[in-house]
Amino acid sequence: MSIEIKDLCHVYSKGTTFAKNALNNINLTIKKGDFVGLIGHTGSGKSTLVQHLNSLLKPSSGQILLDGEDINADKSRLKAIRTKVGLVFQYPEHQLFDMTVYKDVSFGPKNAGLSEEEIKERVESALEMVGIAPELYEKSPFELSGGQKRRVAIAGVLAMRPEVLVLDEPAAGLDPRGRDEILNQVKQMHETLGITVILVSHSMEDIARLVNNILVINKGEIVLQGTPTEIFSKVDELEDIGLSTTQSAYIARDLRQKGFALPENIFTVDAVVDAILDELKKR
Amino acid sequence: MLKVTIGQYYPAQSFIHRLDPRMKLLCTMLFIVFLFFVNNFLGYAMAFVLLATVIKVSKVPPKFLLRGLRAIIFIIIFTAILNIFFTAGETIVFEWRWMRISQEGLLNAARMALRLTMLIIGSSILTLTTTPIQLTDAIESALKPLKKIRVPAHEIAMMMTIALRFIPTLIEEMDKIMKAQMARGADFDTGGIIKKARSLVPLLVPLFISAFRRAEDLALAMESRCYRGDIGRTRMKQMRYALRDLAAFIIILSFIAGIFVLNHVAAVYGIW
Repeated sequence: MSIEIKDLCHVYSKGTTFAKNALNNINLTIKKGDFVGLIGHTGSGKSTLVQHLNSLLKPSSGQILLDGEDINADKSRLKAIRTKVGLVFQYPEHQLFDMTVYKDVSFGPKNAGLSEEEIKERVESALEMVGIAPELYEKSPFELSGGQKRRVAIAGVLAMRPEVLVLDEPAAGLDPRGRDEILNQVKQMHETLGITVILVSHSMEDIARLVNNILVINKGEIVLQGTPTEIFSKVDELEDIGLSTTQSAYIARDLRQKGFALPENIFTVDAVVDAILDELKKR
Repeated sequence: MLKVTIGQYYPAQSFIHRLDPRMKLLCTMLFIVFLFFVNNFLGYAMAFVLLATVIKVSKVPPKFLLRGLRAIIFIIIFTAILNIFFTAGETIVFEWRWMRISQEGLLNAARMALRLTMLIIGSSILTLTTTPIQLTDAIESALKPLKKIRVPAHEIAMMMTIALRFIPTLIEEMDKIMKAQMARGADFDTGGIIKKARSLVPLLVPLFISAFRRAEDLALAMESRCYRGDIGRTRMKQMRYALRDLAAFIIILSFIAGIFVLNHVAAVYGIW
């Protein structure tokens, strides 16, 4: 499912003295099956932008097209659109409410009006995908650990079988291990299900490791877009808007200045480690 | 999605805004109580002049006051109608079958409507010119004498302050949870009353859980900063009476005196 955004503007509290331009003339295209990273500062408009993708927020002007269909054109299609575009909010575990893990995950499919068998099938495959074992299905979601809760909540969105999955800071507040687990599962989902994934994140490390394309948003405008290699080579532009490249890229740069012959354009931990090892072997 | 302004404080720099909240609370209460002693239209005229002056001085746009009135206009009309039909009187103005409208009834209705209107406007001025926090401080100090009979005045005020502080937070939280559930296909708008009530479960359960979580965090944070009620507690913003508070008090006392004088005058000359 391709996403096309045309001249999107969003103004909060329009017409009052508190009016605030949150999004300014956003134009972009996201291809089917792409893995896109959205980075930007707090308050840059990331969350506002992703909430437009399934029509939770309506544009002040402009259009969002899903496979060529304007998502705000027909109100009766709203539910179908929200099924196609799954949005996982920040701290999604705060939305858990039902008595058991199984029931909570089945909330979405139930709302979509599916049959019992279909619901069961979807809930089980969603929970399996996020690595929640069957013995936890009948537990209360509130008895689980933080990382498990988060994965149950993500399964709640996955069970809708979205064609586009949007994750707003899915790893925020987790320990390093929980973080890696969740992000690796997201990567795996992207690969096995072939869905379009949009990942909102603060962590340059995670973005560098996972995505194919990056969008950089600043003060409600898309200021840079391109592949990780393209984006992370623009260190100055990133720093100008208060962002940075990855820690690994900084280490590589500092070592280069100290006389290490490391290649340019390496920015993931693995790539930098390999380059340093190669360089050390040569010495 | 949800826009709620909490309290209705209208920020401005004015004599009324600067008054000590305790004095404002006292004056408002005196004004409201003595409004019920007025029994003639001269008195209402005087109360109206006082209110109008206070509004002018407070720099609060009158439309804000009317907005507060709009919410209870129904109650005012209802009371007036009850008074018109159910006041027994001698001078009948209108009679049709069982309906009887007397002059006394009409007068009573007008008095009641005026009283309620001024009562609401009077208390609106208090809330419009005093921040919720100042107001709870004033209430705490008003309740202080009751501490002798073991009314937990400080705790009550603290609970009110915390509740006020967390209303915007909870609204934000609710907005977020609502969106998250809508993203999973939840529907809060359609269906009958039972379906609508059921659709609130996915909203209220997370909201309550988050409120409890916040309460626990806050309690821990307060305890770790050695909060133990009002024993030995000082304030960052001390409330001090100033000369203007005395002026306000004198004005309200003269108003009360004026009411009794006018009541007497009205009785002597037979004014309504």
